[in-house]
Amino acid sequence: MKTSSDGIYGWMKSGLGAFVAEPCLGYGGEELCPRRLGAFCSPAPDEADFCGVSELQSCVWNCCYGRFCIVVAEFKMNYLYGAFGSPCTVSIDFVDAETRKQASVKKENGQTVLVPLFLGQDSVVGEVRIDPVPGKKVEHTGVKIELLGQIELYFDRGNFYDFTSLVRELDVPGEILERKTYPFEFSTVEMQYESYNGVNVRLRYILKVTISRSYATNIVEYKDFWVRNYSPQPEINNSIKMEVGIEDCLHIEFEYSKSKYHLKDVIVGKIYFLLVRIKIKHMELEIRRRESTGSGPNTYNESETLAKYEIMDGAPVRGESIPIRLFLSPYDLTPTYRNINNKFSVKYYLNLVLVDEEDRRYFKQQEITMYRAE
Amino acid sequence: MQVQEDAVSSAEEQDKWLADAMALVQHNAFYMHRAVDASNLRDALKYSAQMLSELRTSKLSPQKYYELYMRTFDELRQLETFFKEETKRGRTNADLYELVQHSGNILPRLYLLITVGSVYIKSQEAPAKDILKDLVEMSRGVQQPIRGLFLRSYLSQISRDKLPDVGSPYEGEGGNVMDAVEFVLQNFTEMNKLWVRMQHQGPAREKEKREKERSELRDLVGKNLHVLSQLDGVDLEMYKDVVLPRVLEQIVNCKDEIAQYYLMDCIIQVFPDDFHLQTLETLLSACPQLQPTVDIKTVMSQLMERLSRYAAASPEVLPEFLQVEAFTKFSHAVVEVIEAQPDMALVGAVSLYVALLTFVLRVHVDRLDYVDQVLGGCVKKLEGKGKVKDVKATKQLVALLSAPLEKYKDVVTILKLSNYGKVMEHLDYDTNRVMAVVLMQSILANNTLITAPEKVDGLFDLLKELIQDSEGAPSIDELDEEDFKEEQNLVARLVHMLVNDDNEQMFQILIAARKQFGQGGPKRLPFTLPPLVFAALKLVRSLQNEDLPDDGPVSLKKVFQFLHQTVEALSVVPAPELALRLYLQCAEAAGVCNLEPVAYEFFTQAFMIYEEEIADSKAQVTALQLIIGTLQRTRVFGVENRDTLTHKATGYSAKLLKKPDQCRAVYACSHLFWVEEGSGVKDGERVLLCLKRALRIANAAQQMSSATRGSNGPMTLFVEILNKYLYYFEKGNTQVTSTIIQGLLELIVTEIQSENTTQDMQVDAFLANTLRYIQFQKHKGDSVAERYSDIKVPS
Repeated sequence: MKTSSDGIYGWMKSGLGAFVAEPCLGYGGEELCPRRLGAFCSPAPDEADFCGVSELQSCVWNCCYGRFCIVVAEFKMNYLYGAFGSPCTVSIDFVDAETRKQASVKKENGQTVLVPLFLGQDSVVGEVRIDPVPGKKVEHTGVKIELLGQIELYFDRGNFYDFTSLVRELDVPGEILERKTYPFEFSTVEMQYESYNGVNVRLRYILKVTISRSYATNIVEYKDFWVRNYSPQPEINNSIKMEVGIEDCLHIEFEYSKSKYHLKDVIVGKIYFLLVRIKIKHMELEIRRRESTGSGPNTYNESETLAKYEIMDGAPVRGESIPIRLFLSPYDLTPTYRNINNKFSVKYYLNLVLVDEEDRRYFKQQEITMYRAE
Repeated sequence: MQVQEDAVSSAEEQDKWLADAMALVQHNAFYMHRAVDASNLRDALKYSAQMLSELRTSKLSPQKYYELYMRTFDELRQLETFFKEETKRGRTNADLYELVQHSGNILPRLYLLITVGSVYIKSQEAPAKDILKDLVEMSRGVQQPIRGLFLRSYLSQISRDKLPDVGSPYEGEGGNVMDAVEFVLQNFTEMNKLWVRMQHQGPAREKEKREKERSELRDLVGKNLHVLSQLDGVDLEMYKDVVLPRVLEQIVNCKDEIAQYYLMDCIIQVFPDDFHLQTLETLLSACPQLQPTVDIKTVMSQLMERLSRYAAASPEVLPEFLQVEAFTKFSHAVVEVIEAQPDMALVGAVSLYVALLTFVLRVHVDRLDYVDQVLGGCVKKLEGKGKVKDVKATKQLVALLSAPLEKYKDVVTILKLSNYGKVMEHLDYDTNRVMAVVLMQSILANNTLITAPEKVDGLFDLLKELIQDSEGAPSIDELDEEDFKEEQNLVARLVHMLVNDDNEQMFQILIAARKQFGQGGPKRLPFTLPPLVFAALKLVRSLQNEDLPDDGPVSLKKVFQFLHQTVEALSVVPAPELALRLYLQCAEAAGVCNLEPVAYEFFTQAFMIYEEEIADSKAQVTALQLIIGTLQRTRVFGVENRDTLTHKATGYSAKLLKKPDQCRAVYACSHLFWVEEGSGVKDGERVLLCLKRALRIANAAQQMSSATRGSNGPMTLFVEILNKYLYYFEKGNTQVTSTIIQGLLELIVTEIQSENTTQDMQVDAFLANTLRYIQFQKHKGDSVAERYSDIKVPS
């Protein structure tokens, strides 16, 4: 075994996968989370979600939102100005608000809010209500509602790429003296991308009502909603099977039953030890998410570990096979996104990590495809 | 010293760690209880997982870990109850079963999974077999030996009453007994692997400590076998086809000394006797495959012990023992095991044979051939090894030899065992002697009669260390004299156990014994031959009344020849006094048998010994008295022979050194001329001659005394002679007249009263008694009294 300082301790013979070992420190930013793993912590609406990783995730999120706050402030200023000086209140409601499903979404302050949930082909129907402040009238040059699908990137903040933009004119220029409601409908809207809140990118859908005024600033009101798309069961779903190791040190064969998993799926598999000459302390399975934004030289990759799941305690001997069963439901996963609008990708990896008694880590990462099943 | 301190401090540390862990368990258990009371599943899971995280420690020794485990075990029972309630509140078992698996750490996860699994099985919402299989499979994730062992032990404990055994509520949909067995076997196998693995972890210098720790954990593994034995559905068939082969496979393959020994022992202890009996072959075939260092002899001994107890407790199963050829299998196994373990100390091999023998003696008491076979096996093992030097092995050999003796309490039976002696040969000299003594004591204690000449040979063959000097034995002088005497006395007593009612046989026995004793050497002969002589004399008495031809297989003549040779051997030793006595005994016997020449010959021999060998004057006196006594009683002689012999005897008497001795011998000789019984000689004249001579000698003694010490000695001799006179007077010896007596009486009285004579109370009393006797006779009023009337008693 080489002991070179770059932390790579050797490579497998040709034909086999390589196994990378690296010192524990400086690995993937897990040091951020001071909490011991394995505790059930971090409240979440879904009570199944009692994995220690949630907390870890929220740490990451918090710091990410730090980067977004400038954008957020801009929104707020607009809104406040409108509310304060605005001569009317504008509200947007969906017709089926009572019955429609809602998605729980983490907001920038870490709290979760419930947001109406739509599927890709749903019709977005509702009404806009404008209540002028009593005694005031609202003069306008027209009222319109837009349905926007936007992608925001961290390194290009403030700029939204609208990949979907639909407009309905609600009113011709005139003035509003009393409450006025405008029904609107976007029928069978093509919303091919899912809403997504990432580290460096977010994809969102909004309804935007604009009361255009000639002198004063326009009065603008937003309504967020969430979009999810179901994928069909994949036709081909092979198992992942591989023999990896470090020559004369460790040979293992692992197998995950599938390569494609839906979000509430279970990862089943096993690890078979062919040769063990190092003193293994434990073994864990990690679920990692890699978010890539931009393209070419401006590509940013952000990896986070969503789950750490211990699957073996102690040192096995040759011939031992260790079962894997990992329920995905507790983790806040999304489907795999590949090259969304040429702006970003989100990929998932299973990382098998063996830790030896000197805390060296040996790992092998395999991509898995996540999809949303109905 | 240093090591000890280390041990102490580490014990202190252990206590501290345990206390810390306990405190944390308690803390989390408290919150868990609160969550349980509030029916808050999430918190209950959270705190229970935190509590169980304490079990992830690697610091504690197995013993401390066990304490911690027990503590959490109790808490988990409460959690189990809570889970049960949760399902009543509408949560499905399947849900719970999944929910607990979200826990990130494997150890708490699996403890929780097993706990929920228990509730799940009880609900019968899913087949027990599936859940059990899943649990035992998932438990593979814990590969750390101690943690794994305890986890699986927890699984075993929880699942005990939930196995789909025959008659259990979980049977049927939940699986059958096969599934139950499969589950337990798998758990057992994995536990054993973990247990064995402990041995190979950690530094080599802590091997001892590790072994100790391991043995503390062994019951965790063994419990699985116990569970198997408790399954009602495991009948003989299943045991034979599934359970035993699988368990043995694991035992053999684990190649671990401690495990193999313990688990073999476990099998033997937990499963019923009849199972063992019917699967002997399988069980025994595993024995030679164990590691060479395994203490297999103890294991096999246990098995044999157990089966023999079984046979003893229920005799009706004996036919089964025969049917399965238990003995043959055992003896094969013993041989194989010994072959498979070339390093086994001799003591091990021998103790295996001891165990086998014990088995035979308990189960097949009537099969002497088996016993002999066992001994034969042992002999084979010992072959070429000469005397066994190892003390322990010797002890076992003694046990091997003593066992049949204790069982049969009959040396005759032992003598039928052809290999018995061969085993004995391998004992070292001292032990062999001890063994021989034991044998003899057994004969004596049980009054075993040895009735056949060939048995005698056999027996003495066993005892040969005692009756002769064998090669390599220390010289007799080195032996402890007391022990030697004790042993030889035993041998002597043994002779009286050689008895046969048939004279011919008896004679053969004696000859055989004589032959054996003949090699004993001068030290032993004085002990061994006399009883033989007396035995022969006894034979003489029984032959006396039978008219047997001289040339028959046995005749008086032959017996006397035998006696002659025997005693002669003693005189050669030399043990003259003994030989003399025996000659006289023989002479007397010959006399009784009317064999004058024989008797004469014996006397001649006795006389020769007297003349040539007995020099000590005291011994001479005794010898002479014996000769006189015997001669007096022997009436077979014709005048001529008799004269010769009496003359000789009288002659010897007069030649004794001390005057008193001379005197006494001479007056004793007077009896040779006066035989009261039958038609004996009554030569009054010579009697008187003897007495007078005695008087003369007594007188001379007095004078000598007066010359050397200035005073006369006591009058003892005179009084004694007076008594002799009175005796003959009474018997009607006409030569002894009242006048002579009167004269002697007066002489004595005068002398005693004279100042010159030393006073002696005893003599005075003797005289007084004698005088009183005379008075008494005088007043009796019969014919004797008349004759006494002439005697006047001086006052």
